[in-house]
Amino acid sequence: MQLKIQYYALMREQAGRSEETIETSSVTPADLYGELTARYGFTLAREQLKVAVNSEFSEWSRRLAAGDAVVFIPPVAGG
Amino acid sequence: MRFRFTQTAIDTAEARRELLDLGAGGYVSFEGWVRDHNEGQEVTRLEYEAFQELAVKEGERIVADALRRFPVKHALCIHRVGTLGLNDMAVWVGVSSAHRGEAFEACRFIIDEVKHRVPIWKKEHYRSGDSGWVNCERCAAAPGHAHA
Repeated sequence: MQLKIQYYALMREQAGRSEETIETSSVTPADLYGELTARYGFTLAREQLKVAVNSEFSEWSRRLAAGDAVVFIPPVAGG
Repeated sequence: MRFRFTQTAIDTAEARRELLDLGAGGYVSFEGWVRDHNEGQEVTRLEYEAFQELAVKEGERIVADALRRFPVKHALCIHRVGTLGLNDMAVWVGVSSAHRGEAFEACRFIIDEVKHRVPIWKKEHYRSGDSGWVNCERCAAAPGHAHA
């Protein structure tokens, strides 16, 4: 299925892009993070991140659907 | 909107007017500024970036939480994005209420929650020429250290 991924901050720099549409067989955000870490060498462990699907926080075990927009959220630092 | 982003300097006089209320006896504000050092490094500028779609929703939820928890009149938070220099204002929180106690508490609650929960990132640029994403680089060096 096709998913849209957006990258921010450290992950945007490590992926070398701010967004992309990919074809994947990953079923959950957790699987997807593993797949993309193999591709881009992300240095953050999944335990340090949160994930959003369609602009809302999500569980890592959620079943992704075609067309979902996924964002991995590194440790935040507002203020 | 009780939480929003701006690409330009925060206009605190304008923001403050949004809190006016005939029943309010005062207001408390917090300004977060860019300082020249962090964790032993000399900082020269910062870049703020946000996942705005979710950040605005989460920011609105925080202000709504504050309005439920504390008997205040109005509350507002504005956060900068983009490149900021030393002494620039990165964030502004304002709360008006009948009495001062709850305004201080609500203001503190909002800034603390925003720093913890809202998907905003900052990259520090150092005098040494180096740079780093706050809360990320050190974690990357020591995985297993999870954030609340």
